Amino acid sequence: MTLITRRSSLAAGLAGSGLLLPGCSRIFGATALTGNAAFQHVLGFAQRWTLHTQRFLLGGGQLARQFRPSDISATFKANGTLHPGGEAYAQAAGEAFADWRLAIDGMVARPLSLSVAELRGLPARTQITRHDCVEGWSAIGQWTGVPLGLLLKAAVVLPAARYAVFYCADNLEGEPAKGGEQAPGQYYESIDMDDAFHPQTLIAYAMNGRLLDVPHGAPLRLRVERQLGYKSAKYLQRIRLTDTLAGINGGRGGYWEDRGYEWYAGI
Amino acid sequence: MSAEVSQEPLAAPARTKRGHARGEVIYRHAFLVRLTHWLNALAIFILVGSGLNIFNAHPRLYWGSKGDQYDPAWLSIDSLAGPHGLPRGVTRIGWLRFDTTGVLGWSHSHGHWMARAWPTWITIPRFQDLADARHWHFMFAWILVINGLAYLAWSLLARHVQRDLWPTESDLEAIPRSALDHLRLKHPTGEEAKRYNVLQRLAYLGLILLVIGMVMTGLTLSPGIDAFAPWLLDVFGGRQSARSLHFIFASLIVFFIVVHLIEVVLAGPINEVRSMITGRYTVRPERR
Repeated sequence: MTLITRRSSLAAGLAGSGLLLPGCSRIFGATALTGNAAFQHVLGFAQRWTLHTQRFLLGGGQLARQFRPSDISATFKANGTLHPGGEAYAQAAGEAFADWRLAIDGMVARPLSLSVAELRGLPARTQITRHDCVEGWSAIGQWTGVPLGLLLKAAVVLPAARYAVFYCADNLEGEPAKGGEQAPGQYYESIDMDDAFHPQTLIAYAMNGRLLDVPHGAPLRLRVERQLGYKSAKYLQRIRLTDTLAGINGGRGGYWEDRGYEWYAGI
Repeated sequence: MSAEVSQEPLAAPARTKRGHARGEVIYRHAFLVRLTHWLNALAIFILVGSGLNIFNAHPRLYWGSKGDQYDPAWLSIDSLAGPHGLPRGVTRIGWLRFDTTGVLGWSHSHGHWMARAWPTWITIPRFQDLADARHWHFMFAWILVINGLAYLAWSLLARHVQRDLWPTESDLEAIPRSALDHLRLKHPTGEEAKRYNVLQRLAYLGLILLVIGMVMTGLTLSPGIDAFAPWLLDVFGGRQSARSLHFIFASLIVFFIVVHLIEVVLAGPINEVRSMITGRYTVRPERR
């Protein structure tokens, strides 16, 4: 008798635990909450907490791990824009980017405009690092470029500047989100002075010992090694120093940030 | 509150209408254990749901430091073209290949079929949204960590771990008998029911270790934390290994929860759930 009772309660238990799983979101109204502005504010609080914790831990300017040549990915996945398109870019690519220039302006005492050849003439750094996409995958590549800190010192950043904003040549389509499709937009990114002057932050022009190819950001891309891949903007044209991200495109400091991702992508 | 710290038993054995002894009521779960239990349950529920939404952004798992679509995955969930051009959900684990159409890889919501690794009904939020899933995940990761630290600190100071969870020698000797009792769905009564049995102790300690493993592997996925504590990469064998372990540990936690809920139902769901809300637990009288 008792055994039958236990068997039936076992069945009830299995059914109960099964019932609990479906509709994860429905139980807490999580999907509706996600669209709620006040709740997004709460979520934003957790993001700032993460930023401050990591900035506290990373105060010493620790380096991202560097790997051996044998660790380099045989094929490094190219993501986001694979070709910026447009006549101007096609022409520049056809001319091997001989006339491509990188401008550094905004809150600097000495605005600069450098050609790719001029950048390649400056002291360079080569590093083998892991690229972590926000989607979850990782690839390892070797990057050669000019430390951004070197360029910013040459341009003499004004003390009030807080961010370096990177403007790119590519217009990217959005992704499915919030049950719909996002609007396309011009790619851009931003980092703060901690990362801008970090020794591993490069304006890279070569990958795995060869000049950057188009899918990986030719002729110039950013490398921010302690953050996720979307911070390492490709097809760089301009770096602007500023004290605020407000008023730049969506005002959240980057293409993906304007579409809901964290500005601080160290996590 | 003072009643909650009173010594057991709280009440004389109650009597049913027919006069049978119903067992004494003891104070089983401390306030902090009850509070952290429910916060933990909520946090894990949301972390699993949002974690599966994040998983959907790249439904492949690898071993080592690196891994993308060009590298061999030990686990993948895809939608592939089937025999009549209709997509099928295909889940691969090592050499094994399963058709999981309808649940994994290719599933439907409101009559609309879509390619997604985990179906809408299990993810938080329901629709595919990596950005929002990450916000949910990281907020509740903070809640899990703070809650877990409060639980651990209290449990060690109040000797809850040492007294109630750490198995004694005689406990360890009783593992085979306890395992048999569990399989026969026989639950302790009387004096024996006043303490955690050895399998309970091992399961709860295992859960604590799993949650610590979840937090550690989760932190290893952060490129910022990797720069701060590169030893994490060595402990788990690289970032992609850490991602795989994060998934495996989560699966084990879900397995724990399923067994836990079944045991709650078997042991008397009302008494068990009440004891985790009010702290009061009725001990069934000794079986003769």
